[in-house]
Amino acid sequence: MKANPRDVHTGAYYIDGDVAAAEGALAAGCKFLGGYPITPSTEAAEAFARRAPEVGAIFIQMEDELGSISAVLGASWAGKKALTITSGPGYSLMMENIGLGAALETPFVIINIQRGGPSTGLPTRTGQADMMQTRWGSHGDYEVIAISPDSPQESFEFTVKAFNLAERYRVPVMLMSDECVGHMTEKVVIPPASEIEVETRRYYDGPKDKYLPFKPDKNLVPPMVKAGDGYKLYITGLTHDEKGYPILNQNLNTRRLVDKIRLNADKIIETKEERLDDAEVIVVSYGITSRVAIRAIEQARKIGIKVGSLRLITVWPFPDKKIVELAKKVKGFVVPEINYGQIVFEVERCSHGNANVILVPHGGGSVHNPDDILGAIKQVAREKKRSEGIIEYKTGLEHLVFDQNKGSRPDLSG
Amino acid sequence: MNYKRIPYDIDKIKIPQGEIHIIKNRCKGCGFCVEYCPRDVLEMSDEFNAMGYHPPRVKNPENCVNCGLCEMLCPDFAIWSTLKPDCRQASKKKSAEDEKEAKIES
Amino acid sequence: MIKKEDHHPMESLLRMDRIPHIWCPGCGIGTTVTAFIVALEKLKLDFNKVCVVSGIGCTGRVAGYINLDSFHTTHGRAIPFATGIKLGNPELKVVVFSGDGDLISIGGNHFIHAARRNIDLTVICVNNFIYAMTGGQVAPTTPLTAYTTTSPYGNFELPSNVPQLAESAGAVYVARWTALHIRRLTNSIIEALQKPGFSVVEVISPCAMYYSRINRLGDGIDMMKFYHENSVIKHNEPTENLDIDYQKEIIVGKFINRERPTFTDSYNDWLVTEKKAQSKSMI
Repeated sequence: MKANPRDVHTGAYYIDGDVAAAEGALAAGCKFLGGYPITPSTEAAEAFARRAPEVGAIFIQMEDELGSISAVLGASWAGKKALTITSGPGYSLMMENIGLGAALETPFVIINIQRGGPSTGLPTRTGQADMMQTRWGSHGDYEVIAISPDSPQESFEFTVKAFNLAERYRVPVMLMSDECVGHMTEKVVIPPASEIEVETRRYYDGPKDKYLPFKPDKNLVPPMVKAGDGYKLYITGLTHDEKGYPILNQNLNTRRLVDKIRLNADKIIETKEERLDDAEVIVVSYGITSRVAIRAIEQARKIGIKVGSLRLITVWPFPDKKIVELAKKVKGFVVPEINYGQIVFEVERCSHGNANVILVPHGGGSVHNPDDILGAIKQVAREKKRSEGIIEYKTGLEHLVFDQNKGSRPDLSG
Repeated sequence: MNYKRIPYDIDKIKIPQGEIHIIKNRCKGCGFCVEYCPRDVLEMSDEFNAMGYHPPRVKNPENCVNCGLCEMLCPDFAIWSTLKPDCRQASKKKSAEDEKEAKIES
Repeated sequence: MIKKEDHHPMESLLRMDRIPHIWCPGCGIGTTVTAFIVALEKLKLDFNKVCVVSGIGCTGRVAGYINLDSFHTTHGRAIPFATGIKLGNPELKVVVFSGDGDLISIGGNHFIHAARRNIDLTVICVNNFIYAMTGGQVAPTTPLTAYTTTSPYGNFELPSNVPQLAESAGAVYVARWTALHIRRLTNSIIEALQKPGFSVVEVISPCAMYYSRINRLGDGIDMMKFYHENSVIKHNEPTENLDIDYQKEIIVGKFINRERPTFTDSYNDWLVTEKKAQSKSMI
């Protein structure tokens, strides 16, 4: 289905990533935002609040993030496309109910404008350290989808995509943006509604008495009904059977919750590949870091290193197969990320020891210096032997750590 | 001091007669219905139900006036009362009469 | 309610495939549920448009036994979940049925703010003075000196006064009954369901297994007898007088019944009728 013209602000604008994400949500038909102010995501909630009455959407500023995520779940079950917008600490508070959302197979979107952590960390500066939390943050087995934009334009497009994925797979979808993308102001082109593909919720249309809320179709995704449709739903966060009634083993439904994403992964995963044909070194990056990597890649090519780029648009589910294949062909992967190692573990796992994996770590607060990424590319290109585990690249910031004289971290192994 | 007021329409009123129904196996033997029956209709029995509790038993069936208190107090949806079949006609007739009266009054 | 000889009259509103329920003998939650069902039947609501939202705990299991759209959510989050449902579809009548620990302790903030916003919800708070599902720990409502497993020398924390909290936060209807005042409780639930805005009905309920056992108060029936002898009906009593002391008199009644615009009304008046939201978009 196409987007509703009333919801779409067609035109070319000079706006930041937060506002673009809010416009994306509205274009996707989002009609409910339960939010709580947190830097650096507030601009998105503000933009939504301004536009909400115009498109018949509800904005409510809840009392805390626990409340906002719960209200989002409730609104989704009442039939609205629902959204919440947050950043690191708020995201941590939401974790329990993200698990509830996954267990109840509730479609909704979280926009996480990541900032430096842990704790209050760097509220006004960038970070990419919520990636593993997205995958493993709530207790128990579950799978979610996470996509990562690197520009305001993509913030718009990927928010629409996030809603489409959420509705298609009945799963929480995270838009893992970061402060840089959120506060970066660029040209954003919002296309006419007729060019925006919007997925509508798939409602059950069979006989009323035969309805089972968690009975999947062949795609492993159950059709939904909403509160007030007369189905007498019983929806519980307890492990439940197809009828929604609590049961005492997890083999049936929890297995499917995981499989729903894992077995559909090929349909979900999107990557952006550049110059992989002849590449000996591949830079695996996501979000703002992939924009920093462009310069390093260009410079490396100039000095004759065959380097390509694999940009993760879908970070979760992780593109395992792609990395496994590439690892057989290349010397190594360079993984720059604004944390001390998260997605690099996935890359290392998938390389099966066939390629070297080098992490370019960077604490939150700023983006990488492209020279560091270039240095890492050179190091991989030089490397003759196969190293076990992850190699950590010594960045130009290393001398700031602990021991200024030696220019490296202290050796505590002895 | 054992005087009681006598309603002026006592000759018109027919005291309803209720009938108690008990699903013994649902009962958990809390005793709420026995304790608070205003007409002393019930008592705890000595028998065991499937869960090992003592369900109530009707002691004085003729006393039940179908007030429904046992039904509302029962936490286990195990007991309820209905109007006895021969009272139903009377109560219908009575409610029709009441309606007529109400109309006249209004 | 049509009564038949072979079926319990409330069966149409219960999930009979899940009965018998898990509540202990002598527990008052089942009694509160019957009052709620009778209230629904008397109001002749469209049952397809009534939702029950529960949190976690003994009372949290209500959602699983009532044959309406029902949601058993996470601990403390029943009120915001219900807020989402109500705002997502204002046609629905949304009832939050949960316990004192869920609503007043872990969900206390949501309770306060839903009352402040005056979201159109009916909250039935079953107060058994204890965390019963987890085995009898001290609750925010446990009276002073009462024993629980985590107040083994007697509780020394001042308990919450639920009606006062509700009133000061902005609830429009506040009543308290015990599980024994079953008809008055039913009437209060009826009034609360009809009242637009955030209405709170607190139900003092016996916990025979944990609260009364550790305090040597007898069975559920003994607790009911205690309520019978010690509860005093005082309508419109100022809510600051409603503290509950250990094994002392319990003041019950209907305390608050006032008018305040609901969240939805204000939203519509301000943004739709007054058109405050015109041409304010950022781009």
